[in-house]
Amino acid sequence: MTYITKPKLHHPSLPKNSVGFTRRDYEGRVSTLCAGCGHDSISASIVQACYELAIEPHRVAKLSGIGCSSKAPTYFLGASHGFNTVHGRMPSVLTGAYLANRELIYLGVSGDGDSASIGLGQFAHVMRRGVNMVYIVMNNGVYGLTKGQFSATADKGSVAKKGAVNNDSGIDLASMAILMGATFVARSFSGDKHQLVPLIKAAISHPGAAILDVISPCVAFNNHKGSTRSYDYVREHNEAVNRLDFITGQAPITAEYAPGTTVEVRQPNGTTLRLAKIAPDYDPSDKAGALAYIQEKDREGEVATGLLYLDSDPHDLHGNIRTVQAPLNSLDEETLCPGSDVLDRINAALR
Amino acid sequence: MRQALTGTALTATNDFVVKFANVNGSGSASANELFARSILRMGVPVSPRNIFPSNIQGLPTWYEVRVSEDGYLGRRGGIDMIVAMNPETWEQDIAEVAPGGYLFYDSTRPLPPSAFRDDVTTIGVPLTAITNATYSDPRQRQLFKNIIYVGALSVLLDIDPKVIESLFGEQFKGKEALIDSNVKALNLGRDWAQQNLDAGICRLKVEARDKVGDRIFVEGNAAAALGCVYGGATVCAWYPITPSSSLAEAFASYCRRYRHDPETKEARYAVIQAEDELASIGMVIGAGWNGARAFTSTSGPGISLMTEFIGLAYFAEIPATIINVQRGGPSTGMPTRTQQADLLSCAYASNGDTKHVLLFPEDPRECFDFSAAALDLADRLQTPVFVMTDLDIGMNHRLCEPFAWDDAKRMDRGKVMTAEELEAGRDFGRYLDVDGDGIPYRTLPGTHKSKGAFFTRGTTKNAYARYSEEGSDYVENMERLLRKFDTAKGLVPQPIVREADSPTRYGALYFGSTSPAMTEALDRLQADGLLVDAMRLRAFPFPDQVRDFILAHDKVFVVEQNRDGQMRTMLSTELGIDPARLVPVLHYDGTPITAHFILGEIRRRLAQYHVVPLERAVS
Ligand SMILES: Cc1ncc(C[n+]2csc(CCOP(=O)(O)OP(=O)(O)O)c2C)c(N)n1
Ligand code: SF4
Ligand SMILES: [Mg+2]
Repeated sequence: MTYITKPKLHHPSLPKNSVGFTRRDYEGRVSTLCAGCGHDSISASIVQACYELAIEPHRVAKLSGIGCSSKAPTYFLGASHGFNTVHGRMPSVLTGAYLANRELIYLGVSGDGDSASIGLGQFAHVMRRGVNMVYIVMNNGVYGLTKGQFSATADKGSVAKKGAVNNDSGIDLASMAILMGATFVARSFSGDKHQLVPLIKAAISHPGAAILDVISPCVAFNNHKGSTRSYDYVREHNEAVNRLDFITGQAPITAEYAPGTTVEVRQPNGTTLRLAKIAPDYDPSDKAGALAYIQEKDREGEVATGLLYLDSDPHDLHGNIRTVQAPLNSLDEETLCPGSDVLDRINAALR
Repeated sequence: MRQALTGTALTATNDFVVKFANVNGSGSASANELFARSILRMGVPVSPRNIFPSNIQGLPTWYEVRVSEDGYLGRRGGIDMIVAMNPETWEQDIAEVAPGGYLFYDSTRPLPPSAFRDDVTTIGVPLTAITNATYSDPRQRQLFKNIIYVGALSVLLDIDPKVIESLFGEQFKGKEALIDSNVKALNLGRDWAQQNLDAGICRLKVEARDKVGDRIFVEGNAAAALGCVYGGATVCAWYPITPSSSLAEAFASYCRRYRHDPETKEARYAVIQAEDELASIGMVIGAGWNGARAFTSTSGPGISLMTEFIGLAYFAEIPATIINVQRGGPSTGMPTRTQQADLLSCAYASNGDTKHVLLFPEDPRECFDFSAAALDLADRLQTPVFVMTDLDIGMNHRLCEPFAWDDAKRMDRGKVMTAEELEAGRDFGRYLDVDGDGIPYRTLPGTHKSKGAFFTRGTTKNAYARYSEEGSDYVENMERLLRKFDTAKGLVPQPIVREADSPTRYGALYFGSTSPAMTEALDRLQADGLLVDAMRLRAFPFPDQVRDFILAHDKVFVVEQNRDGQMRTMLSTELGIDPARLVPVLHYDGTPITAHFILGEIRRRLAQYHVVPLERAVS
């Protein structure tokens, strides 16, 4: 299989946004992810958010690392430039791209393995630098693309193949991001469009480092013992081929619930995720409070979702280094090259 | 002074080597540089070299100054005078002096006769005593002691004190008190030497000449940084590593001077000290993808970390300029010593079938030219381009031709499709070979509302940048990349040939910092009637004339500063040359290669081949 082009059949009655695009104009190629993969739901929310914000698709640059999640940018915003970089290093490439042209919207897409394991260093530093971007982690707690190994966000105590227990502490990327200096930190769930779409819109509008940690179940690799969909089962019963086409499609998991309430979500691996949506009166401007809140919910066995932290006066990399307003990639010889007269003077000083 | 000298004292005018042995962090570096510059100002070429430890304070450090009226700027080998300021290394320092040479030392504390050599003239100056009698502040004592020895040396070698004073004037412009105090220290040394030393004790002399011309005296790292400024680099991402750090720092400092908007004071550049080399090269690639000229400077260990990304840039065809200031080995290798040992690791860096463009500057002037050229080449070829300098060029002041720039020159931004071209309906396939040179067209993000967007990834793609795992698409793409590499041959700096007086079966290839030592060795071979044609390589891929040159000779010496003959390996594999034709001449102890070494090796080999010197024709 090579690729699938989505038929561009525009229904004449499709509504257009203020810049003249329909929702379809924000879509990408047909997804090759597993049916029911949470990542596809997140892609759909990105499409919705960009359509609603009336962003011109070509003003967005999509950058990703490596993983199923990092493949996702092919499946939305087909009219935007995209860059599938290397594993765990999308943040540096995005930083360079942002340095070159401060006028585009930068969308970084990554997975939990990509960001919390191999790429933890770059994840931390891109937040510190205040790169103006939306960084979306499609967080499924496993390495999807390499077939189900634990990632660093997997909860301590969770059970993997052959009953192996994850003894390592899970990394909470939202708390990490807050500590590292991100100025917009939110968490959501792939199946909760009502929460996710507004959060993506808010993140795009935020003029600093914005991160969304989006819990996104992997329907292919559910690791609980005895399940016919477990990684072990796939291995034992499909040793020779061990291909993804063994997995049968599932309906995406959704969860919509009201602010201030909690909902229980059955995950493909048989465990239950308790999502706690922050109440309307939650104060996201309190950094220490946000960290405490995440900890508190964690102690209660819940995952806090919503806009956890917001600095409404964010710093930004270009502001920090005081670069010119014009994109650096647009500057010409006139402004960049000091010329031969200056060079003569430099020569004279070196004699 | 002490007992009579056995043998004769070395006598030389404008042709000798002085080595300073100091303790790192003692402030000797600027005094030693002052010494070198003062000779240069007298119109006599010098080439100084730092030989320093990986340490900030306390370990031994040396500064070797070669004075050569003939203009030989390579390391000669051998020491004619040692300025022994470090008791720790005394024995080794004294042992290095050539018979008949000179030992200059601080004679404040008496040393046993066994500390000296009979065949070396000993010149003692009580530097500590003079310093302590004049200064009480410990910092002043330390700094001025260095200036005092420069003063004494200026008397011994006949260096014009007016020249030194004018150098103080330039260095401390506007700070009259500093000028005065330095002149005073200089004269303390001069007065003591004039009053206490025999007038004829030192027979090494400097005489004013006019042999420097309009050449400049500059470090390769500063020159490369300036080349990046002139070449239009706007993004520099780097991570500190000796011997490349001063390059990024110099870029930042030139930019502060020449790259601020005069009205808003805003910066027309971005310098980012990244968290590591993975990030620095990632930023360069991101900026290159997005149409800014970007570079990083690093050294061997940094290249090791960058390799995965270098492969991505090669396959995804993204411009990136990487300046590799080579040094010895790993982090605990020889970080403060020089080598040309990253050739293979750069030429073939990364996963899969990759080949990269390498440029080999010989001196700071070429560091300037090639860094600017690399930015053009990277854009034109849409690929990583390496500028392969080394510590010897990068961190030492070298006399070279002045920098030159043609104001009519435009940046070559390569094949970038504009919104107008897309709008006009030009077919856009990111990896299509439209012109037959293997170089495809690209578009920058944000160019056009609905046309020209594509998804950048490694090799799983077809010519239209759509996802494909088809073998035929892969092969087609890889073949095109080879065509592109072939195109590069004609775009890179071409080699420079120096022919022997008459046709010969012997040739020599060399590159980079070996150049000055090689020039000297070739002059000597020529004077001896030994015929060797020489070619200086300036880039990889090798232009066709490199192959022609090799095939026109039975044996070709390949002179390089690494253990494994890396250039020789590249020549034989890339050009299909029988390795037996390529004779390795390898110098890799971490010190810069010398003319003496090259000459010895080539002479020895020629003798094995029973080559007899050509009878000089009587004219
Ligand atoms: C340097 C390197 N090491 C390992 C891999 C193999 N690899 C590909 S994807 C992946 C894990 C991806 O996990 P995650 O980021 O969580 O993405 P998911 O597939 O779960 O969405 C790994 C280890 C690689 N591509 N590159
Ligand atoms: S393996 Fe998991 S993460 Fe990857 S596409 Fe399938 S469901 Fe999604
Ligand atoms: Mg994952």
